[in-house]
Amino acid sequence: MSSASASAAPPSLLHRLSTVLYVRPKLLLILLLVPPLLWLGVIYLGSLFSLLVQSFFSVDDFTGKVVYSPTLATYAGLFNETSLGVIRRTASTAAVVTLICAAIAFPLAYYMARYAGPRAKAVFYVAVMLPLWSNYLVRVYAWKLILAKEGALTWVLAHLGLEAPLDWVLTTPNIGGASLGTSMIGTTVVFVYIWLPYMVLPIQAALERVPRSLIEASSDLGAHPRETFRRVILPLSIPGVAAGSIFTFSLTLGDYIIPNLVGSSRPFLGQLVYQYQGTASNLPLAAAFAVVPIVIMAIYLSAAKRLGAFDAL
Amino acid sequence: MANGESIAVSFRNVSRHYGAVKAVDDVSFDIKDGEFFAMLGPSGSGKTTCLRLIAGFEQPTGGAVAIHGQDVTGIPPYDRDVNTVFQDYALFPHMTVLENVGYGLMIRKVPKAERQQRAEEMLGMVALSGFGGRKPSQLSGGQRQRVALARALVNRPSVLLLDEPLGALDLKLREQMQVELKAIQRRVGITFIYVTHDQGEALSMSDRVAVFNHGRIEQMASPAELYERPKTAFVAGFVGISNLIDGALAERLTGSAQPVSVRPEKIHLEPARVAAPADGQTVSGTISSILYLGANTRYLVALEGGGELTVLLQNRDTHFEPTQGDAVRLWWEARHLMRFAS
Repeated sequence: MSSASASAAPPSLLHRLSTVLYVRPKLLLILLLVPPLLWLGVIYLGSLFSLLVQSFFSVDDFTGKVVYSPTLATYAGLFNETSLGVIRRTASTAAVVTLICAAIAFPLAYYMARYAGPRAKAVFYVAVMLPLWSNYLVRVYAWKLILAKEGALTWVLAHLGLEAPLDWVLTTPNIGGASLGTSMIGTTVVFVYIWLPYMVLPIQAALERVPRSLIEASSDLGAHPRETFRRVILPLSIPGVAAGSIFTFSLTLGDYIIPNLVGSSRPFLGQLVYQYQGTASNLPLAAAFAVVPIVIMAIYLSAAKRLGAFDAL
Repeated sequence: MANGESIAVSFRNVSRHYGAVKAVDDVSFDIKDGEFFAMLGPSGSGKTTCLRLIAGFEQPTGGAVAIHGQDVTGIPPYDRDVNTVFQDYALFPHMTVLENVGYGLMIRKVPKAERQQRAEEMLGMVALSGFGGRKPSQLSGGQRQRVALARALVNRPSVLLLDEPLGALDLKLREQMQVELKAIQRRVGITFIYVTHDQGEALSMSDRVAVFNHGRIEQMASPAELYERPKTAFVAGFVGISNLIDGALAERLTGSAQPVSVRPEKIHLEPARVAAPADGQTVSGTISSILYLGANTRYLVALEGGGELTVLLQNRDTHFEPTQGDAVRLWWEARHLMRFAS
């Protein structure tokens, strides 16, 4: 072998490169990891850091220019009744959207993971993913039309004789409005629709990882299906629900387009950020508002961890 | 313990068909109380389906399964007095070892103190005292297997089902567990129904063995009976080495072309020049390969006139050590020739 290779033509450059990388796996690892780490570290974390820094500056009320000296004054702007109301509204909507998404996604994911055959599963995958293939704005506008006062949904409800209950629901303070399209209910419906795939897929993946033999073992040991669900299936799917809720919760916290197009005129966090960095050109305050979702997510994740949501990982 | 008369599990003309596939096809048998009963067969022979029919994970498409005289058709697993040790152990990964073992007791609302005490006791029996606080992922394969056994036995079922429980263990551990399983079965006196494709396992542990093939039972007998007097060529081949003789040679030995067989250790191997004893059956051949196995050596002998036989010789300090290509004479006592029902 060695004599044969000695007499043969010298190995090509590519061959020698392969050998170098094969012998030094660490070098290969570095080559593979440096680009994504640069992206994550410098561009992503860097911009996040510069955002954080911005939030500790302030704007001179008179000139409208940013004053580059560290201060906590900007953060004081978060602690007035209006701002706290926005934070409360955004966070509670995000929580409600997450709960509804989980409630809708779980049975769907359960069917996909446990009962659907290969064909049915493919159909369900496409059905869940299909909305993600079309333009986000188009879908939100479509909902705006569906939920409008003269829209399809109101028409259907009217023909079902459900006008009175709808009007009654719409008079509810805080979540009601002139029509579904201009109420918090409408905002929530659209949020649930838009983020649902992000809840279905992780739950489905978690449920798929529960071997059938575990369910059989539980029933073999005397557990009725209800108990098997509560003691085996649910605990093992919690990491999936937690992963999905991270998506739905954080995406709702940060979104500014849906509440802008569908819902009452009362703003969400994202809209405030958009306003302050744009028309109001108060970048420090926009940055301070942008920090809020990060803090809420940090609290959310640590609470989930403490409750054992990731124990079964 | 077993009184030998009462029947733990009985199959009456049981079938389990999946469309055109007959996983189990018109099978009838009785398993006695306190028996160590093995279901042996190649994969897809229907043995595991039979086990799942007893556990209640499958329902028969024909016939009836009875446990202690009660027809269990339509009764779900959670209402049956049997427990299963799964092939992949099926331990709950989010529970500790103690919680796993106590699961069945918790479901049956046994008070916590008693539950823990019984679970600890059972862990002691499978030599895992002190492991109760660990998670299954922190255990070795052999330890998980013991936990699965303890989790099933703690419920004191009338029948314990074991689905290839030693399949994932290495040889040494498997042999050790065979001895332990047998000892545990004697101690608790519960009927063990053991599914395996390993003939050695089935022979070494069981009181009786049912050999499955194509959804049917080929033969049901004690291990010795099964080995010494297999009823069919399939059983002879699946339990032990087949050593099938057919064609002209079979005709010379028995007067008919029906295939016959002889166990490798029953065959004497001698130099060609030595005369065979008068009451033996003799064939000549050449050594075609030699497999040295330590305690014994396996010779493959190509027979004169076609076919070959395996001969197993113990490695005593003998005068005759044939080498490859040697002309040899094989002989065996006529009573060791096994004939099969056609």
